[in-house]
Amino acid sequence: MTELYVKETEAKRAFSSDLRAGFVDMTPMLLVYVPVAMLWGAVATAKGFSPLEAFLMSFFVYAGTAQFIAVDMWREPLPIAVLIFTTFVVNLRLVMMSASISRHMDTIAKRLHPFLMYILTDEAWAIVERRAAAERLTLGYFLGVALPLWPTWFLSSTMGAALGTGIGNPATIGLDFAYAAMLLCIVIGFWRGPRTGVVIAVSGLIAAAAKFYLPGPWYILLGGLAGVAAAALLHSEEEA
Amino acid sequence: MSGLFTLHWTWFLAIIGMGLATYTTRISGLLLMRGVVVKGRLKAALDAVPPSVLMAVITPTILMTGRAESLAAVATAIAAFMRAPLLLTILIGMISVVGLRWLGL
Repeated sequence: MTELYVKETEAKRAFSSDLRAGFVDMTPMLLVYVPVAMLWGAVATAKGFSPLEAFLMSFFVYAGTAQFIAVDMWREPLPIAVLIFTTFVVNLRLVMMSASISRHMDTIAKRLHPFLMYILTDEAWAIVERRAAAERLTLGYFLGVALPLWPTWFLSSTMGAALGTGIGNPATIGLDFAYAAMLLCIVIGFWRGPRTGVVIAVSGLIAAAAKFYLPGPWYILLGGLAGVAAAALLHSEEEA
Repeated sequence: MSGLFTLHWTWFLAIIGMGLATYTTRISGLLLMRGVVVKGRLKAALDAVPPSVLMAVITPTILMTGRAESLAAVATAIAAFMRAPLLLTILIGMISVVGLRWLGL
């Protein structure tokens, strides 16, 4: 009885310390999330969105890149099918992300997986993957990273929509570059030697070519797949 | 002019559709991997997903926008290689891009 009690308290303590560790690792993202979400809200307002509509999109879609592309395409009559298809294509990278992280989720109860996937974003995923590469991924850590970002996103974008275009130009303080700088830092964090260099180079090259020659967001998927294919080709069975 | 709580029903429909499309991508990787044993070449491929996908996402910004952005990306990458903390690295990137643009590069 006491032994069970001790185990339970230990598990609770481990959960809250992982939760806190995740939260701490997530905080730099707020620097990017808050202004980018507010900017998106302001852009959406310029396209005629009410704060309620901006809120609903950030709540239900919760995918920054797709949301920016969607409001850019937003016009009456609303091209609903094209919007949905474009969103799907932009977000196909999330298939790879969810496949990759699912390998590290065996310590987490299955019934929670569908919700954890709902709050999986590029940034949350990148941090969680980094953790999984170093140690066992736990529910506490996953939640600590991913959960706060969701309300941050939908509340900040609603606020941006309410304030409208009066929030100023983010380029003057380099905020338009913050997102790229953050992801670049995370990319370097996955460096495991020259092969990673090849993966990054192939991905960047194909993405650049696709961006140049193809309309729309195919460059993310094509660049991502090219880098992954390069890694598969470079793999030799002897090393295991 | 729309009020705070204006809701066009076609817009709502589009939003819900986009939400479903996004969730489909988020859940399908998990479903595809169910019961798959990951080793060898498949493991090498999946391990490359994070750097590869993230690089593709940032390529237009760091390689195709201008000299200031590309040089700021180099500064950011150097900071990251020197294991600077994430927040510091982001700030180095932001400061370099502002400075380089100011210099007119």
